[in-house]
Amino acid sequence: MRYLPKSDSDRREMLRTLGLSSADQLFDSIPAELRRKQPLALPRALSEPEILDYFRQHAAENAAGHVKLLGAGAYDHFRPVVIDALISRGEFFTAYTPYQAEISQGTLQAIFEFQTLLCQLTGQEVANASMYDGSTALAEAALMALRITGRSRVLVAANIHPEYREVMQTYLAGPGVTLAEVPVAASGQVDSAALEKLLNETVAAVAIQSPNFFGCIEEIPALAEQTHRHGALLVTAIAEPVSLGLLRAPAEADIVALESQAFGLPTSYGGPYAGVIATKEKFVRSLPGRLAGQTTDRDGRRGFVLALATREQHIRREKATSNICTNQALCALAVTIFLCVYGRRGLRELAEQNLAKAGYLAAELAKLKGVRLPYTAPFFNEFVVELDADAAEIHRRLLPRKFVAGVPLSRWLPERRGALLLCATETAKRGDLDSFVAALREVLQP
Amino acid sequence: MSDAIRKAAPHVSQSEALIFEKSTPGKQAFALPPLDVPAADPARALGAAHLRSDIEGFPEVSEIEIIRHFTRLSTWNYGVDTGMYPLGSCTMKYNPRVNEVVARLPGLATEHPLQPDEVSQGCLRILRDLERCLLEITGMDAITLQPAAGAHGEMTGVRLIRAHLTAQGDPRRVILVPDSAHGTNPATAAMSGYRVENIKSNPAGQLDLDALRQRMNGDVAGLMITNPNTLGIFEVRIREICEMVHAAGGLVYMDGANMNALAGIARPGDFGVDIVHLNLHKTFSTPHGGGGPGAGPVAVKKILEPYLPVPRLVELPDGRLRLVSDRPQSIGRMRAFVGNFGVLARALAYILANGPDGIRRTTEDAVLNANYIRKQLEGIYELPYPSPTLHECVFSDRRQMKNNVSTMDIAKRLIDFGFHPYTVAFPLIVHGALMIEPTESESKEELDLFIEAMKAIAREAETHAEMVRHAPHTTRVQRLDEVTANRKPILRWKPVPPPDAAD
Amino acid sequence: MYPENYRYTREHEWICVEGGVGAVGITHHAQDKLGDIVFVELPAVGRKLSAQEAFGSVESVKAVSDIYSPVAGEVTEVNAALADHPEILNQDPHGAGWIIKIKLTDPKAVDALLRARDYEDFVRSEDAT
Repeated sequence: MRYLPKSDSDRREMLRTLGLSSADQLFDSIPAELRRKQPLALPRALSEPEILDYFRQHAAENAAGHVKLLGAGAYDHFRPVVIDALISRGEFFTAYTPYQAEISQGTLQAIFEFQTLLCQLTGQEVANASMYDGSTALAEAALMALRITGRSRVLVAANIHPEYREVMQTYLAGPGVTLAEVPVAASGQVDSAALEKLLNETVAAVAIQSPNFFGCIEEIPALAEQTHRHGALLVTAIAEPVSLGLLRAPAEADIVALESQAFGLPTSYGGPYAGVIATKEKFVRSLPGRLAGQTTDRDGRRGFVLALATREQHIRREKATSNICTNQALCALAVTIFLCVYGRRGLRELAEQNLAKAGYLAAELAKLKGVRLPYTAPFFNEFVVELDADAAEIHRRLLPRKFVAGVPLSRWLPERRGALLLCATETAKRGDLDSFVAALREVLQP
Repeated sequence: MSDAIRKAAPHVSQSEALIFEKSTPGKQAFALPPLDVPAADPARALGAAHLRSDIEGFPEVSEIEIIRHFTRLSTWNYGVDTGMYPLGSCTMKYNPRVNEVVARLPGLATEHPLQPDEVSQGCLRILRDLERCLLEITGMDAITLQPAAGAHGEMTGVRLIRAHLTAQGDPRRVILVPDSAHGTNPATAAMSGYRVENIKSNPAGQLDLDALRQRMNGDVAGLMITNPNTLGIFEVRIREICEMVHAAGGLVYMDGANMNALAGIARPGDFGVDIVHLNLHKTFSTPHGGGGPGAGPVAVKKILEPYLPVPRLVELPDGRLRLVSDRPQSIGRMRAFVGNFGVLARALAYILANGPDGIRRTTEDAVLNANYIRKQLEGIYELPYPSPTLHECVFSDRRQMKNNVSTMDIAKRLIDFGFHPYTVAFPLIVHGALMIEPTESESKEELDLFIEAMKAIAREAETHAEMVRHAPHTTRVQRLDEVTANRKPILRWKPVPPPDAAD
Repeated sequence: MYPENYRYTREHEWICVEGGVGAVGITHHAQDKLGDIVFVELPAVGRKLSAQEAFGSVESVKAVSDIYSPVAGEVTEVNAALADHPEILNQDPHGAGWIIKIKLTDPKAVDALLRARDYEDFVRSEDAT
């Protein structure tokens, strides 16, 4: 087996040192009745060419040739090739968690840079490095708000990504915590009048998403002011952070739960991604997840270490801020490189292209008979269309024409039978957008 | 000192500033294609109130500066690619390169988690094949690939326990955890609304069955157990333990972090456990990446299948695969989308490369390596538990502490000898623990160098204690001031403000 | 080492009562075992505590310890200086390193606590194990 760097004579010699004659004896401490006699029923060992064949074959059975106008929490953006060139360095990707700071300065400095970039983008004071993904980051942010305020109720906007809301339900469900839904206004944004009726002194947090699941941008300063008047915290989820290239930072939010996949991570059928929680310094001791902190060594040289570890499971155990042990370090590194490559002006330009592509698609679709845009709020690169037809059926009919027409909202909201959530990023070519519009016009004809 | 060191670790001595400090206005590293649709006016499209004017402090650098910056940073790291990483219970094994290639294939890396099942059969087939392999390896009945990490898998497992017992009428209040357990175990139980109680280990380093028997009653939802435990010792009475817990109506959760001692040799399903999680970034070779990402699949016995998170992967009679969410008894979703597909694909590549014989041989080599180290260091470092160990062994620093040399000092000195330290001061039941897991990826030559280094350090502890206490000496930075880092945390770079002109 | 007029607990707190109000802190032994202290979590003024109730915590880099109230009462003052200078707890644990002041519900409650010599014996026996 080519991953095992020992010869049979090495093994024999080592067994002799142990006074053993066969490898079986190494497992004498396992009771015989628990040891497996027959070999595992696994496929036989494949050579490297065969492994590549297996995966290439299955790669051909997916949707690589389709035009995918699909966002909904995972976004297709140009990934600069230097990302893979750098994260493929063995010193980065085969390294462990940087507990031994002296030989992990590469990882630690990169994490520190990541934390800084996320603070700059979100207008918050401190950011962790990182959570599993945006959905668990939002759930943990809600738990943070409960801890900080000592209150027991979380109001959850109905236009947060449905899968994020399901995760919040899973994480928060339990005695002593209640969740309540905040309805959506006709604009597509959170209904702030309805929110006002729900706010009281039992509410720990109001959770929103911006741009929200329907692609609409929320009025964060107003919602923050409303929330704060009742002593609650505003928790803002961001699933498409490229929007921050143009949109003002959500500095008024108390806690931001962000999915950074759009910043250089492939969509990869769902993961791995990297969530981030960014917040105010005064909440740092309630923050879960890894943090890299700056310090000096004996000779005054600047260096970085994992900081505030006493929040974490390996010290605080059952009183930890979370049970999380992993951070998505390699993903965070990819994100850091992406943000450095685009930089101050590039991220803005990237966001402008997204705005233009989605704006163009929306305008062209709005010209079609039987298609309308139901929401009035501004949107970034995603928007909802309402069809005079069953959207799931239309979606199905467009698939053989090599279009993934976003996602039908009826997948989560059965009453929205005519709605599609569409996304166009900078990767969408005009020719493909025009073809899509033409195809949709065709399939909509009775 | 230099005579004893036969292996060198590279540390480039230059200083590398933060990327923000290397930034100059006007530099750029990327060019987008020209826009082929009409440009949108952000103020008109979004409303001026929603716009930001700038991203202050964001770096402006060129491509070559980015390549150099991160390349230099990487040279300060130690990876499995550099040398042996004997971290206990971390299983720092070789990360095969073919795994990296397959995970990045167009057609896999490019797929969207919400695209229809009809055009995702390739991805779903990979997941289904992985499920079947992991079920075979663990001897369990059903599995979820959704959890993003071991701790996430633990949370899933505890929620499965809660769901099952709630369906029976009473979720109960307490989860038992051995005092040797990894910190995630009690943290997970507490996050899931259970009170945690420790069960002590006996002098043989195994769970004290009398203590368990005394505590096991109708208030206890379950026991979380690691097998082999964090001392590397197999819980020989695991079947009895499971029977004891089951008889009182509880469930047994096995932390599968140490599967590298069992794969192909013994199966958790045969032990009687109800749930086991796997760490794909440990046993199944997916890279640690400096701290993640990983994946923590959870395998269960049939009685718990209805509660598994959604979506479930289902194979139709005609062979087509579907993700289904209509599972009324499910605990719900543990995260958005189906799972860390990129990590899962890597794990499958590893299993396919090994086959049944490879898996077994890997486990044999892992256990052989650990016992070889244990045998050679036994007379030199104190071994607190004489019981046989499998893939890892735990020493204590008691002898070296006579000269005021602690496990942390020895670990730091090991860096000078070209190795990453072992796990320091864990498990907590051993005072001053040195927890060593070489994995199967080490050659006899590398093991011998490690043993020599540990012996040399033990000698230094007697004759040159200062050398050990002030280690490491050969790294770019000396020991860092963690006290100040924690008293006055600096968690981000801030631009230095210009001197105030008004003063 | 351990002031005669203080009283002590087995959780390594001390209390010094004057006019029905006790200053509470952690002992020299406790701060020594913890190492350099980086953070002290303080309770709110006005909080009511029962005897042995945890009211805060003390953190070093690698460890955290809860602090337990030796007596029942109400928190009248907290030592705000510890927020910016937690190292005071290491430097002067029995003096400037006081953590809270508590108005005792029952002034006689201190009589049940350990005297200096008993506490010293206790520490010595703990260290020996």
